[in-house]
Amino acid sequence: MIKLEGLSKVFPGHNIPAVKDLNLEINEGDVCVLVGPSGCGKTTTMKMINRLYEPTGGKIYIRGEDALQMNPIKLRLDIGYVIQEIGLFPHMTIEENIATVPNEKQWPKDETKQKVSEVMTLVGLDPKVFKDRYPSALSGGQRQRVGVARAMVSDPPIMLMDEPFGAVDPITRARLQNEFLRIQERMGKTIVFVTHDIDEAIKMSDTIAVMREGELVQHATPSDLLSAPADEFVSNLVGRNRSIKRLHLIRINEILDEVDRAKPASEDAKIGEVEKQIEESDIRSVIVVDKDNKLKGVIGVSDLKRKSGEVAGDYCQDVTDTITSDATLNDALSVMLECGEGYVAVVNEDDQYEGTITLGDLLNVVKEEG
Amino acid sequence: MEQIIGVTGDLFRTAANLLFLTAQGEDVEYEPGLFRDTVDWISRRSDMLLELMLEHLWLVILTLIIAVVISVTVGIIISYYESFAQTVLGVCQVLMVIPSMAMLAFMVPLFGIGFTTGVMALVLYSLLPIVRNTYTGIRELDPAIVEAAKGMGMTERRILFKIKIPLARPVIMAGVRTAAVMMIGIAAIAAYVGAGGLGELIFSGISRGHQPMIIAGAIGVSIIAIAFDYLLYYGEKRFSVEGRTKEG
Repeated sequence: MIKLEGLSKVFPGHNIPAVKDLNLEINEGDVCVLVGPSGCGKTTTMKMINRLYEPTGGKIYIRGEDALQMNPIKLRLDIGYVIQEIGLFPHMTIEENIATVPNEKQWPKDETKQKVSEVMTLVGLDPKVFKDRYPSALSGGQRQRVGVARAMVSDPPIMLMDEPFGAVDPITRARLQNEFLRIQERMGKTIVFVTHDIDEAIKMSDTIAVMREGELVQHATPSDLLSAPADEFVSNLVGRNRSIKRLHLIRINEILDEVDRAKPASEDAKIGEVEKQIEESDIRSVIVVDKDNKLKGVIGVSDLKRKSGEVAGDYCQDVTDTITSDATLNDALSVMLECGEGYVAVVNEDDQYEGTITLGDLLNVVKEEG
Repeated sequence: MEQIIGVTGDLFRTAANLLFLTAQGEDVEYEPGLFRDTVDWISRRSDMLLELMLEHLWLVILTLIIAVVISVTVGIIISYYESFAQTVLGVCQVLMVIPSMAMLAFMVPLFGIGFTTGVMALVLYSLLPIVRNTYTGIRELDPAIVEAAKGMGMTERRILFKIKIPLARPVIMAGVRTAAVMMIGIAAIAAYVGAGGLGELIFSGISRGHQPMIIAGAIGVSIIAIAFDYLLYYGEKRFSVEGRTKEG
């Protein structure tokens, strides 16, 4: 889909090339993450693909076509572009911002409007609420969403993303990453993604291209990168705790079927039965659900003594945090550490209970994989 | 028209009366009767005063339109050619430093005596604030915004008209306001080369030693300057607010 051949870039007035003889091939539908320390040429490489920078040497092929021979405006209109600073136009509403590319392509007004509200829904922004707002009235996470929506609205086959989730707090970032992966699963776009965060790279990518001083050091799948780093630079970048990094690669739904799933208690279950269940469970607690299988709360051993009543519903207390099954095991671990519990309840989007992941499950996974 | 002149005359009279009373009460060292004389003069010649004010206003508005068209265009062009920019801004700076009397004198051999000469000189004076503000307004936009626009495939023309100019507009307008107020003052001197306006009143007042005329002319210039600045400021604010609700 995208093929870079001997690509190099020397900025005027510099002796050292920013990118040196780079060869890289990205398959259709893959997310390729360019990663490396700042100044390694990853952003420069990306900006050469949509020709914001003109290469000083080498070739770029997009679907076999020589991109350097194409009209740069036409080329860019078919490549979604998201940058770290987002670059929303402050004098335009969210709707007008997202409609930028359709307007440039002169789509009919109705079609544009419809497509804008579709893509807003896709990224999780209610069109009715947000379309007439100005960017200044949005939170950082919402702006990032608009940035992604703006890049996706004309359904470009290729997207370039330069640290698109860089400017938000870690929790929002994890959420945006998961949402984005969910969207990408459906859309199957070819994405070039730039980041300096190796954890993000491992999580988001199909392949990772590690760069240093303008050169490509290693291009491999995240799993290969973790198990067989090409040289010391890569293994330093990946870090020592590689088994923990593996937790980024596995999603909860991949192991949810294998784990010994403790049955939840319904809220009107007799407390005697629940007590037995708690005794048997290895986390010394039982999750309580209502009749629609919605998560109600949790009963631990101490709750049995502290409270009184006949049925499970009387004893249960709220859970601090939950997680969805498309999150990674690393996300699950963070939630456990944050809540100080040895487990986390997995729910779907409607808050219905799907299972429980425990610290023990994570240990097993690390043991098997490592 | 008659009515307006009548009302304006009344207003002037009342204002001057107020000033007169205060001045007398505090025993300020003014020539006795000057305010009384000024009031008298204004009420007698209010039609002439108003006519000269309109003439003055016309000179300023015409000049402002020409100046905005030229300066904004120049400002936009130099925002693309950095190496050019300092030279152009330097030239504008020099033009502005030339004393107004000298500038008018330079213009006379080229355009003769009259309205055109005044307009030309005023245009040259107002270049700097508008050119400079247009240039900085565009240069200091958040580079991420321009990069995003470019990266998404907007043409340079569209980026200029849809992104750069609308976002730089408040800064450009601030330059226009500075130029306008400055111009209203200098336009009074332009009467010296026959451009008309309130300057005529002031100059003939000086040559005849008739102080009420001078003061009346000065008051007229001040009123125009304050009103103009306020109108431009308010108009700009109003315009952008309306733009927002309409678009939003």
